[in-house]
Amino acid sequence: MNRMLFLVLLGAALLAGPVQAQTAPAPADDALYQQLGAKPGLVTLMDDFMQRLLADPRMNPFFKDVDQVHVKAQLVDQFCEVSGGPCKLKGPDMKRAHAGMDITRSNFNALVEVLQQSMDAQGIPFGAQNRLLAKLAPMHRDIVNTP
Amino acid sequence: MPLHRLALAGALLLATVAGPAGAQGRPHGGKLLLTGGVSSIDGAAGGGLTPWALTGGYGAAGELGGSAFATRVKTQDYGLGAYGAALAWDDRVEFSLAHQDFDTGPVGGALAGMLGNAAFNGLHLQQDIAGLKLRLAGDAVLDSDTWIPQVAVGLEYKKSRTGPLADVLTAFGAKDSGTDLYLSATKLFLAPGILANLTLRATKANQNGLLGFGATGHDGYRLQPEVSLAYLFSKRLAAGIEYRSKPDNFRDNAALGAGALKEDDWADLFVAWAPCKNFSLTAAYVDLGKIVPGVVTRRQTGAYVSAQLAF
Repeated sequence: MNRMLFLVLLGAALLAGPVQAQTAPAPADDALYQQLGAKPGLVTLMDDFMQRLLADPRMNPFFKDVDQVHVKAQLVDQFCEVSGGPCKLKGPDMKRAHAGMDITRSNFNALVEVLQQSMDAQGIPFGAQNRLLAKLAPMHRDIVNTP
Repeated sequence: MPLHRLALAGALLLATVAGPAGAQGRPHGGKLLLTGGVSSIDGAAGGGLTPWALTGGYGAAGELGGSAFATRVKTQDYGLGAYGAALAWDDRVEFSLAHQDFDTGPVGGALAGMLGNAAFNGLHLQQDIAGLKLRLAGDAVLDSDTWIPQVAVGLEYKKSRTGPLADVLTAFGAKDSGTDLYLSATKLFLAPGILANLTLRATKANQNGLLGFGATGHDGYRLQPEVSLAYLFSKRLAAGIEYRSKPDNFRDNAALGAGALKEDDWADLFVAWAPCKNFSLTAAYVDLGKIVPGVVTRRQTGAYVSAQLAF
């Protein structure tokens, strides 16, 4: 029984760390947006992200022929919006925006990996990265359209 | 061919042929880092002691994934070596093989004295395990806006080889083979970076099957919960705890003294590190409780190290 208690306490300690880190500073709604460097940070992030997407052999076929300036601007607006910033993504919904391409689960994950590399390169903390990814990941339901 | 040879052959095949072959042409490795878990001692993808609902290796939908592992556990008085391999298709079906070899340490010698049979000296208990897992629903990683976990069902067929102890275990009502059935639910809470798993295992196994399956008077399946909780420090590094409850089928056995074969639950504290998708290393502090307390009375705690190759 002692051991169970020990484990419960340990589990609580493990959970308490991140939970406390989240709740203690009572962040405003745009805390994640600020952590991403607000608008200038997102613009820099997307410039870097697009370069990496084009350099990645898995992602290049999806991005080499698109209007890259437009896509970057769309991504800045989208990331700004989901992170609590003062933006609103205009344009077609995720499903329609990706309907012209065959996108697998594997493609989706590859894009996540490139985004993680890009966020690492911008010095965005792992916790903020995960909070952003948690907002974006459910979009797989609309974006992945090929089994 | 014995199962453990098959497991070794499978592991070698994966490590030398399937990985590189998969790397050419066909899509592969589409899952995110560490989202295939590590290899449990029984071969299925999971934590160290318990299977998770994740499939082994890095194959996403429509892809083949696989892993091969070697694990070593050393406590004060006992040692356990395990190796095996898992193959997964479509991030849906996983087939695994594992072989375990348990060094009974002082117990063999004690039994040799008690039973007047030198054959027990240096006793090793072995078992082969074949596992099958089917993901039923959910995506543990990407469905980060719901509480719905990834859910899988699985089975582990275990065949133990206990040498001179076989006759004794038969006399105690234990069979030399058994099948565990389990239901696992795994969820990555992505925003806080916490992974949780709950597995419910129906089992008759004594010490995971190394001491056979069932016992006189306690021959039915028991439902045992197993819990894992991990915190992600980075993409490459996770640490956490596991707790695996076990049946105690020999609790009434008094042939070697009252409570001599009593069985405890298992727990561990682990760190898993994956520098890349092809390799991971897991280290843990394990607490296996008392094992055959009629002979060795102290708790068995110690080190667990596991290396995994994956694709």
